[in-house]
Amino acid sequence: MEESPGLARNLAELRQTFRSGKTRGLEWRKAQLRAILKLLDENEDSIFDALQQDLGKHPVEAYRDEVGVLKKSATYALASVEKWMAPKKGQIPLLFFPARAEVLPEPLGLVLILASWNFPISLALDPVIGAISAGNTVVLKPSELSPASSSFLANTVPRYLDSAALKVIEGGHDAAEQLLQQKWDKIFFTGSSRVGRIIMAAAANHLTPVTLELGGKCPTILDSLSISDLEVAIKRIVGGKWGLCSGQACIGIDYVLVEEKFASILVELLKKCIKAFFGDSMPNLKNLCRIVSKSHFDRVSNLLGDPRVAASIVHGGSWDEQNLMIEPTILLDPPLDADIMSEEIFGPLLPIITLNKIEESIEFINLRPKPLAIHAFTKNERFKKKLLSETSSGSITFNDAIVQFVADSLPFGGVGESGIGRYHGKYSFDTFSHEKAVLQRSFYLDLEPRYPPWNDFKLDFIKLAYKFDYLGLLLLLSGLRRIFKRSN
Amino acid sequence: MAFFDAAAMMKGLRGAYASGKTRSYEWRVSQLKALLKLMSFHEKEIVDALRSDLSKPELESFLQEIALLKESCGLALKELHRWMAPEKVKTMMTTFPSSAEIVPEPLGVVLVISAWNYPFLLSLDPVIGAIAAGNAVVLKPSEISPATSSVLAKLLGQYMDCSAVKVIEGAVPETTALLEQKWDKIFYTGNGKVARIVSAAAAKHLTPLVLELGGKSPVIVDSNVDLKVAARRIIAGKWGCNNGQACVSPDYAITTKEFAPDLIDTLRSELEKFYGKDPLKSNDLSRIVNSNHFNRLSKLLDDDKISGKIIHGGQKDIANLKIAPTILLDVPEDSLIMEEEIFGPLLPILTVNNVEDSFNIIKSKDKPLAAYLFTNNKKLKENFIRNISAGGLVINDTTMHLAVPTLPFGGVGESGMGAYHGKFSFDAFSHKKAVLLRSFAGDLSSRYPPYTPKKLNLLKALVNGSLFGILRALLGWHD
Repeated sequence: MEESPGLARNLAELRQTFRSGKTRGLEWRKAQLRAILKLLDENEDSIFDALQQDLGKHPVEAYRDEVGVLKKSATYALASVEKWMAPKKGQIPLLFFPARAEVLPEPLGLVLILASWNFPISLALDPVIGAISAGNTVVLKPSELSPASSSFLANTVPRYLDSAALKVIEGGHDAAEQLLQQKWDKIFFTGSSRVGRIIMAAAANHLTPVTLELGGKCPTILDSLSISDLEVAIKRIVGGKWGLCSGQACIGIDYVLVEEKFASILVELLKKCIKAFFGDSMPNLKNLCRIVSKSHFDRVSNLLGDPRVAASIVHGGSWDEQNLMIEPTILLDPPLDADIMSEEIFGPLLPIITLNKIEESIEFINLRPKPLAIHAFTKNERFKKKLLSETSSGSITFNDAIVQFVADSLPFGGVGESGIGRYHGKYSFDTFSHEKAVLQRSFYLDLEPRYPPWNDFKLDFIKLAYKFDYLGLLLLLSGLRRIFKRSN
Repeated sequence: MAFFDAAAMMKGLRGAYASGKTRSYEWRVSQLKALLKLMSFHEKEIVDALRSDLSKPELESFLQEIALLKESCGLALKELHRWMAPEKVKTMMTTFPSSAEIVPEPLGVVLVISAWNYPFLLSLDPVIGAIAAGNAVVLKPSEISPATSSVLAKLLGQYMDCSAVKVIEGAVPETTALLEQKWDKIFYTGNGKVARIVSAAAAKHLTPLVLELGGKSPVIVDSNVDLKVAARRIIAGKWGCNNGQACVSPDYAITTKEFAPDLIDTLRSELEKFYGKDPLKSNDLSRIVNSNHFNRLSKLLDDDKISGKIIHGGQKDIANLKIAPTILLDVPEDSLIMEEEIFGPLLPILTVNNVEDSFNIIKSKDKPLAAYLFTNNKKLKENFIRNISAGGLVINDTTMHLAVPTLPFGGVGESGMGAYHGKFSFDAFSHKKAVLLRSFAGDLSSRYPPYTPKKLNLLKALVNGSLFGILRALLGWHD
């Protein structure tokens, strides 16, 4: 494929900028972070507009999940970057005296960030915040499935950030392919596992390390709760499913596991809450994102095409193809071998799977690929402990959904099929850094026994040294140890 | 088509892992103790295997393989409780009330592919990390060090829990069969070419990797140094490490034109002290591992571009696969010896006008696994630390950073990804799971639809951390 000359020029400029050392200074990094904050402050309405256009996202959702997240992230990075950049001292065994050991973080160089379409602003700029705080130069490719946001970023970012160090490259499949052929010092990708494999295979050609924020079927476990707790849980489940980009979120709730005897009350309460949050019928739905594109719309609606699945619908099921809206839909026990239960739904369909006992949820989850997040609503301490130690996931949240996303002190990332690597808070800085080990030694106290020619004395010395047997060493050096040994 | 059924082996391992046994503290401790026992009782066998594979001097085998491993195992046993413990983390206003922690958990079933130059160390050191972290593990030792591979298979078979810790011997067919399986992590030590093959295989399954590779690790020698000590440390790091066949050996040296003669003289005299007048006869030097590598190194010496540049050594004994410590002076940048990692007992010395010029030479090449600087000049040290990117740096010594367990050991760029040693080994084989515990109390309605401007204001106030803003929003709030 013909590489665009513009790309080569851009990359050359970015590499030159990195080589110049400009991005390594604390002041430059802080200036960029301040610029991001300014961009967010001054363009809030334009961001809301773009998200409305791309996804029908309400400004409150847009603020909560995109603008607010970014502001927090940039502010935290601004306050912490100097600390993060500082070397970390390491302890050294006495034997090495005199010596100094430290770990010094340094930027990787030129990094590629590939953003997704569901949180097109935050999933683009949040990794950028990490890359910049770590002192790298960046190419950001927003998703073409969210064209208004992509355009906003391409037009606005250069007005605020140093365009010799950060470039936004728009485009679709072809642009991505071209970018993937280049040699990057790191690739950060948010998207599906299928594309994650393609990215990783491309990265393998250059031994480029990757962070892959993928997805999976995030299960929610609902144990028996008091009525008042259940009401809160329902709100959090509805909010965590449909309140988050209409189910199109990597950590969004995919399906719910509940004991059979609670199924009908769960369905009733969900229906009520959906009505309160979003309205009661298709034409009157508010506060709900639409499906991002026709092809995703088709994908999601086709999940209901299987007649066995359609038969399990207990609420919703209708859609408006013209406006790419799908009604919040609840299904009760769709067949486990249908696509809706084997693929990540990424849409407003919520299967409820019933079990005899809630403890069976552990086995259910373990039979499937490790998800990005598990949400468990329970007050049973023993069950919590079992879940924690017997399941594996990127994260696990008890008694809430999604909110772990904003906990900057927690690493955000997957495991197995749900991803590689992590970010948020200091983890963002780390993910775009190389932690360089530095050992400083002195010329004094050079130990003879380190060097050949080898003999028994040196072997004795080294054996003692390795046990950090300093007394033994002293005795050996003073000739006394031999005497003691021989007399035994 | 390997003679062993990789898929069946995986099934067995996954069953063992699923049983939960490898996760228990007791199991991990029992396996680590078994490794210590195996090393203590079979030291002679191990030393003999290393001599057979590499003619490795006993002291090197002890110092650089067995002792390091015992240290590593001992540290894991001592610290395991602490490493396994969840780490509490601070939570922020936006998730109040809540508590959060990071819980380490094993990845599952992992593959360790080892190398031939430190075949014992590079097999078991990652295995120690894998086991400490609670995984089931398959070790594939290098077939180029067959005696060690065989001893590993025998001893681990005898001492370890074979349902969860396996050794698979073999070459390309066996490795290929292993790489087709889905692993929860692959830890590979070796070269960049094979690393790309391993990475491509891992990509099919989204398997995370640690790649411990190599590169041309430079050593810069400034003039105002204790030359005798510097020379000895360079020699120890080069020829004293498996005769230059080590990923962190100084590959080439750079010094000023003015200082080069002194450096060369001191190196020569110290080399003679270490290895005698006829180093080919010294028992303190490893041989070249096999005829392939011997031929590879011979070709580097036969390169026309470097004719006349050999100023010390160059003797070869093809029957015993020995090459004497060899120094070359001012070889051209485009000579074979300067193009690839040497991995042998040849040390090119490049000269520059000013010692600072050496930085450009290093930066023009791929990022190495290690870089070394001998100097007493504080500014030069700072400059070096800040501007030279490598896996690890050592000032006024070589290779020692390997032995400091609080330093992460790994590469960057072409020299690798990921790190291990000490706690970093445990981390390399763990997933750090984020756990957030929330209460049902303190439910903030502004999270939920229907969305209103008032909710927006409250959210903004929360994000800005403005207490006043929060109060104002709350007071203006009507549910």
